[in-house]
Amino acid sequence: MRLLTLCLVLLLALPAWAVQPDEVLSDPALEARAREISRILRCPVCQGETIDESNAPISRDLRLYLRERLVAGDDDKAAVQAVVDRFGEYVLFEPPARGINWLLYLAGPLMALFGLFVGWRFIRARGQTETDPQELSTEEKARLDRLMRD
Amino acid sequence: MNAEIGHFALILAFAVALFQMIVPMIGAARGWSGWIDSARPAAIAQLGLIAISFVALTISFVTSDFSVLLVYENSHTAKPMIYKISGVWGNHEGSMLLWVLILALFGAAAAIFDANLPPRLRARVLSVQAAIGAAFLAFILFTSNPFLRLDSAPFNGRDLNPLLQDPGLAFHPPFLYLGYVGLSMAFSFAVAALIEGRVDAAWARWVRPWTLAAWVFLTIGIALGSWWAYYELGWGGFWFWDPVENASFMPWLLAAALLHSAIVVEKREVLKSWTILLAIMAFGFSLIGTFIVRSGVITSVHSFANDPERGVFILAILALFVGGALTIFAARAGSMQAKGVFAPLSREGALVLNNILLAVSAFVVFIGTVWPLVAELLWDRKLSVGPPFFEKAFTPFMIVLALVLPLGAIIPWKRGRMGRVLVPLRGALIFAAAVMLLVFAVSTGHSALAVLGAGLGSWLIAGAAADLWQRKGNSGPSRLARLPRADWGRVLAHAGLGVTFIGVSLLMAWQVEDIRVAQIGETFEVAGYDVTLESVEDIHGPNYVSTIAAMRVERDGRMVAMLHPEKRVYPVQAMPTTEAAIQSGLFRDLYLVIGDPQQGGGWAVRTYIKPFAGWIWLGSALMALGGLISLSDRRYRVGAGAARGAALARPAE
Repeated sequence: MRLLTLCLVLLLALPAWAVQPDEVLSDPALEARAREISRILRCPVCQGETIDESNAPISRDLRLYLRERLVAGDDDKAAVQAVVDRFGEYVLFEPPARGINWLLYLAGPLMALFGLFVGWRFIRARGQTETDPQELSTEEKARLDRLMRD
Repeated sequence: MNAEIGHFALILAFAVALFQMIVPMIGAARGWSGWIDSARPAAIAQLGLIAISFVALTISFVTSDFSVLLVYENSHTAKPMIYKISGVWGNHEGSMLLWVLILALFGAAAAIFDANLPPRLRARVLSVQAAIGAAFLAFILFTSNPFLRLDSAPFNGRDLNPLLQDPGLAFHPPFLYLGYVGLSMAFSFAVAALIEGRVDAAWARWVRPWTLAAWVFLTIGIALGSWWAYYELGWGGFWFWDPVENASFMPWLLAAALLHSAIVVEKREVLKSWTILLAIMAFGFSLIGTFIVRSGVITSVHSFANDPERGVFILAILALFVGGALTIFAARAGSMQAKGVFAPLSREGALVLNNILLAVSAFVVFIGTVWPLVAELLWDRKLSVGPPFFEKAFTPFMIVLALVLPLGAIIPWKRGRMGRVLVPLRGALIFAAAVMLLVFAVSTGHSALAVLGAGLGSWLIAGAAADLWQRKGNSGPSRLARLPRADWGRVLAHAGLGVTFIGVSLLMAWQVEDIRVAQIGETFEVAGYDVTLESVEDIHGPNYVSTIAAMRVERDGRMVAMLHPEKRVYPVQAMPTTEAAIQSGLFRDLYLVIGDPQQGGGWAVRTYIKPFAGWIWLGSALMALGGLISLSDRRYRVGAGAARGAALARPAE
């Protein structure tokens, strides 16, 4: 769907495709954590790619830095924080639910509640008129006659 | 000369569109039949003129006329013919021309095929359609003229972006546009009905096929794009929650909601004002999508043109049409009296819930897409909203939707009883539970995603089967063949959704990945498959050079596949692309990618085992097929339902 790799890759004769074999950590558990984290970090110069998919050199730097932090013993949270401290909130694909961002997270559930409320009121109103079936208007009677004749 | 003819035809089309916008509308208001009847020939003339313009541009591309700026910037003599043609819409100006061509196509189709539409309503529909056309024709003529010439023609062109040189991507934009623009018909019908002041079952029956067609095209377009991403990007991602993907996904969700609410209007004459509002919003989101793509306001790789002037122009079109339509809506909504009555537990109630879920999920996608823009404008915070957010915020609505769908599809109109609805679904419930147990047992780590997704998917598929079985009633299987096509369409589309659910969840939960350096001749094992890198060589394509590997895949000593992943470089644009080699199977795809040569010898190689990947697109194809079959139902065919509808509408005049 996306026309990826239009970013820095254009300038490179030999691009590095996403995670390279030489980046992979020897400890599979640590590597799995690194992959998991790099899927929520955004490549700072690309257009909407994670550092896990990105081919930009800076993403490689970020991946290596992240692994450095993990090898040094940081837990996931601290490692992410270390990256954010360097590159800013922008690299987080999931914005922290702080301050005004709460609105982003609550918008869906609030809208759903509102929709259910309005829907319920509408349905209730529809159900209540059930007791008095309306008389046919003269116009409707004429229409009905016409239909019956067809 | 050719380009000038195209340009001239486009200007004439603009004039015709202005005529078609004004004259039939006045005629309909005053009851002047000559003015009313002028809408049809105008719609056909407008299509003819835009078609001439489009053909002229295509000829410029096919003959590589580099004196035309657009051809110079987006084509090359060495490019294969199919991409010379698809290059026409592989750029901003050309794609806008395709957009107005399709718009005029829909208008002319309404003029020709809806023979039973009351002439006044048709005149108003065509007039609104022409207003949209005139706005976009002005946009092209004043900001994005595709026929600009260069003073001196260069020797050769700059070639088309190599990523666009792909069969999947050649047809992705036209289908998306057919979908986006198809929703303009629903919009035009909604506005015309508001002006008429009448929305009834007949109106819903006219508007539904257009919505259904738009939804089918959107389904195909989105699936093509996602499939392209899967095989082209080199690691098999299929959906990224990228702003531009979201821009096509929101109209899809709203079109799905509109399809269902139009059924309620058609059968029961309730939800009228909501359906009108949905029709306006669905096309509104198509315009928002166009705005996002064309203005580059939300940075995305899809935006060929990051031009603020164009962005403002489209924003003005958006404000004019959606704002105008909503104003008329506000003035007239009160006059749309609902007729039918129903209990909460009923088909109507289920479809109301369907609409709430689809509309709210579209809203979630919308707010996530524009949040970075809002946050930067209002609070000066630069932040990103990506897949982790959407997966969390969007998925719950889809879970509820899938849980309720099989119930809603068979619950009777007006009033249903839970106990009675569950009886025909007992088998489906047992089947889904069995699948969940099976998936739980075989899945390593007991992934909740796999269990839940497979369970919901099987519930949808088995529920669709139960729906079909119930329609058959007590009569024999021969009754199935005689069921209305709309029933078959519904069942297939609902089952298709289930198939996609299974594909997405099992692929995400069970995918296996292996990244390594492999020497020529080396064999390595990935999830039970033995992969051997046999050779790597360089070859020359028509307009690229390629590094192509030969890799043998075996399982338990038996040959599974010989695959040839490639890495291409297109010299004109100095751009590399990966061509993954994929062997598709019913239950898993083998996905191989060749990377760069390594300093110490050997090649970077990626191997993926992607379980159930094909099901994502199989399900999409089923959904589209279901829509098409439903579209061929006899009540939509010329004469059948429409004639009765017209007879209904006439006495009131």
